[in-house]
Amino acid sequence: MKLREIAHSRTGDKGNTSNISLIAYDPANYPLLAKHITAERVKAFFADIVQGEVVRYELPNIGALNFVMFQALGGGVTRTLALDIHGKSLSSALMNLEVKE
Amino acid sequence: MKKIRLGAGAGYSGDRIEPAVELAEKGNIQYLCFECLAERTIAIAQQAKMKDPSAGYDALLAARMEAVLPVCSQKGIKIITNMGAANPEAGARKIKEVAGKLGVKGLKIAAVSGDDVLEAIRGQEYTIEETGGKLSAIKDKLVSANAYLGAGPIIEALKGGADIVITGRVADPALFIAPLAYEFGWSLDDWNLMGQATVIGHLMECAGQITGGYFADPGYKDVPGIGHLGFPIAEVSEDGAVVITKVPEAGGMVALATCKEQLLYEIHNPAAYFTPDVVADFTGVQMAEIAKDQVKVTGGKGAPKTDLLKVSIGYVDSYIGEGQISYAGPGAVERGRLALDIVKERLGLMGVKTQECRFDLIGVNALHAEKLSAGHEPYEVRARVAGRTENLQEAVRIGNEVETLYTNGPAGGAGAWKSAREVVAMVSILIPRSLVNYSVKYEVV
Repeated sequence: MKLREIAHSRTGDKGNTSNISLIAYDPANYPLLAKHITAERVKAFFADIVQGEVVRYELPNIGALNFVMFQALGGGVTRTLALDIHGKSLSSALMNLEVKE
Repeated sequence: MKKIRLGAGAGYSGDRIEPAVELAEKGNIQYLCFECLAERTIAIAQQAKMKDPSAGYDALLAARMEAVLPVCSQKGIKIITNMGAANPEAGARKIKEVAGKLGVKGLKIAAVSGDDVLEAIRGQEYTIEETGGKLSAIKDKLVSANAYLGAGPIIEALKGGADIVITGRVADPALFIAPLAYEFGWSLDDWNLMGQATVIGHLMECAGQITGGYFADPGYKDVPGIGHLGFPIAEVSEDGAVVITKVPEAGGMVALATCKEQLLYEIHNPAAYFTPDVVADFTGVQMAEIAKDQVKVTGGKGAPKTDLLKVSIGYVDSYIGEGQISYAGPGAVERGRLALDIVKERLGLMGVKTQECRFDLIGVNALHAEKLSAGHEPYEVRARVAGRTENLQEAVRIGNEVETLYTNGPAGGAGAWKSAREVVAMVSILIPRSLVNYSVKYEVV
């Protein structure tokens, strides 16, 4: 099952750091996200985009995870050569991750 | 219990204007807050002010005020905005001029200044947060330095009788915290209350992003009436509990999902969100959909604010030259790749000096690089080359090498485009609060 079936996501940016929220539509699926979508997995998934570390924060009260990805935006919104200067499309890529039921 | 209704009139500088008018007319609000200052905007405004001392405020300030002033003054709705950018006092004079032209009378306009700390920090040995480098290394390239002020100066302006408060750099949530603290008489040292107020400000500051804007994904996240997206209203109780809602007839939606996405937008550690007013903690936030388009949010907490203020620094960093050209039909991807290879070779042959360069095929790999983009074949692609250079002349040469693909490159190249521009980069430092002195000045019409 693709992550898209059970969760939604939005990317934000601050300087050269990107954050991706991952939110379960049904809070009952939060443990599944917490178990399978680790910081290591997200770091590997974005390997050729994210240069720095990936840190995961947990918000079980709203059924969400927050991934903070350092050195992910080519120097930041004003400086990057990337077409997606804010990295706003990264959350859509994450929706393609496989998660076991 | 007393309740205050705040409307968010803009989520960024270039945002739509008519949803703010709709809020003022039909939202039963007491305050209309416009967040219009992105990281980079103030540096550009500072450059404009250097050329013209009466410039440097938001480009849409006059248009927004023309649209909302008549109804806001008639209904007694107060306006709070950071549209002053690099020049709040000139912004206040502009609002006075607009009010005069519209025949609106009896308004007190407050300009909050003092966030500009460029002269105070120039040549100092602060450490740049992002790079660990020293500020002195870029001292000759500085364009702007603005400290993030908190809610305090805005509250002072409201206590001074202001109907409109225009600021430069303040923390975005402060635009919403200030009217709440002023109306309810909240103590700015009540850290849990300030934490919850920060949650409210953070939920509201991007306007349409919590009413279904930047959210729709057909079949998964459908948003009704998104073409006529309404902006949010925060109905806040004296204890800090908030219901996020919208004008009923406006398009869009307020749901748990839109509120959760916005809560985490541009947040790093949700347990320690640093602002000038409080170190906010979002980890205890509870959300409940209490009716259609009504989400109740409680549980924001906080810890004491720090003695440091974040300063956003703009400096001239480099130049970026860019060129694009499109290919379509059978073999489009191969011709696009050939185009990129040709430009790569030409930049070398011509000795164009770049610090870094990027070769993208838009439609193939431009957003997510090779690994995530593999296995898809589009009908049309757009070749894009972008490079960083030390001066504008070198930057111009990059676009030229793409444009000459018309008569010197692969078959069927179409729609070439080029640009070259100066890059004002943004970094940040932390300075002691004691270095920042704000002032509030009034205009009356």
